[in-house]
Amino acid sequence: MDPRLNIIDERLKDIKRIIAVSGGKGGIGKSSVASCLALALSKRGYKVGLLDMDFCGPSDHVILGIKEVYPEEEKGVIPPEIYGIKFMSIIYYAGDNPSPLRGNDISNALIEILSVTLWGDLDFLIIDMPPGIGDAILDVIRLIKKTEFLVVTTPSKVALETVKKVVKMLKELNIHIMGVIENMKTGESETKKEMEKMGIPFLGEIYYDKDFENSLGNIEKLQKTEFMRDIKNIINNF
Amino acid sequence: MHEWALAEAVVSTALDAVKGKKFKEVTELRIRMGELQQIEIEIFEFALKELIQNHEILKNAEIKIEKEEAVFRCNVCGNEWKFTKDKLTDEESESIHFIPEIVHTYMRCPKCNSPDFEVIKGRGVSLESIEVR
Repeated sequence: MDPRLNIIDERLKDIKRIIAVSGGKGGIGKSSVASCLALALSKRGYKVGLLDMDFCGPSDHVILGIKEVYPEEEKGVIPPEIYGIKFMSIIYYAGDNPSPLRGNDISNALIEILSVTLWGDLDFLIIDMPPGIGDAILDVIRLIKKTEFLVVTTPSKVALETVKKVVKMLKELNIHIMGVIENMKTGESETKKEMEKMGIPFLGEIYYDKDFENSLGNIEKLQKTEFMRDIKNIINNF
Repeated sequence: MHEWALAEAVVSTALDAVKGKKFKEVTELRIRMGELQQIEIEIFEFALKELIQNHEILKNAEIKIEKEEAVFRCNVCGNEWKFTKDKLTDEESESIHFIPEIVHTYMRCPKCNSPDFEVIKGRGVSLESIEVR
């Protein structure tokens, strides 16, 4: 018996809401949305955790400018708190090195993190999901029963096609979908209409922000971006 | 001290396994400890003995811990080899202790240098059997 599976519910029991930021495609801004969402919720006074589950391409620490912090070890692993966010990532262990993991290893690493991390009381745990409709999504569904999915897409038809597949699968499995966010908005698109056709709430849009890239890693600049302004509007709908 | 967290997981699993069944008590917990995770057995055992005291059904259980050596198999060339800390720094070894899959970050197949290998045994903690009466 794998004893770790049994303790996961206990480790997550004091977390009110667990939101997995997902979307299927890579490069649509899941990590930016997840990181800024965690920051905006924390600034609004909520107790927030952020888990970067993109083990092969972790980037939340780059977006939020988190460096040289490590978890404490006391009857478990206590994530460091930065800008009010309890942050957990594989970077504490892999550093800047690549982690070439196959599906089974990804599952095992996630189970390990979930079974030893002591999040404590949280209003929100934001999970930044890796791209794909594979191991990571299936594991989150299997291991974290109360997860709600927040789906990110862009105005691109290519992104929308994959997002529709993610939504279809989540609906089939009766998993709660909070809604969809359209990122990198520049003009008219079909996203809202298409999602509403599938019965998925449209939570809002984030306009393409050319200054966002230059604000990465700098929390002061990040908070003044239009990207962040749009995120703050979206969390009014939570 | 994350040994404590893993000991809690074992206790929780054992309690779950006997829940709702009419056993008088658990007499033995047999645990297999994979070498790769480099658990401090004394700390783990101490935590386990402390934790079982909180549960009437577990408190007299004998704790048996068996070590299992870690073995890897390369998915590229098929080579099999055993775990050794020789080429790892203390920091790398500590990282593998927390998340054994990190071994793919710091270790390569000694024959073909690939990071694409499997841990075929000896990864981490497993509860092998529970004896009851």
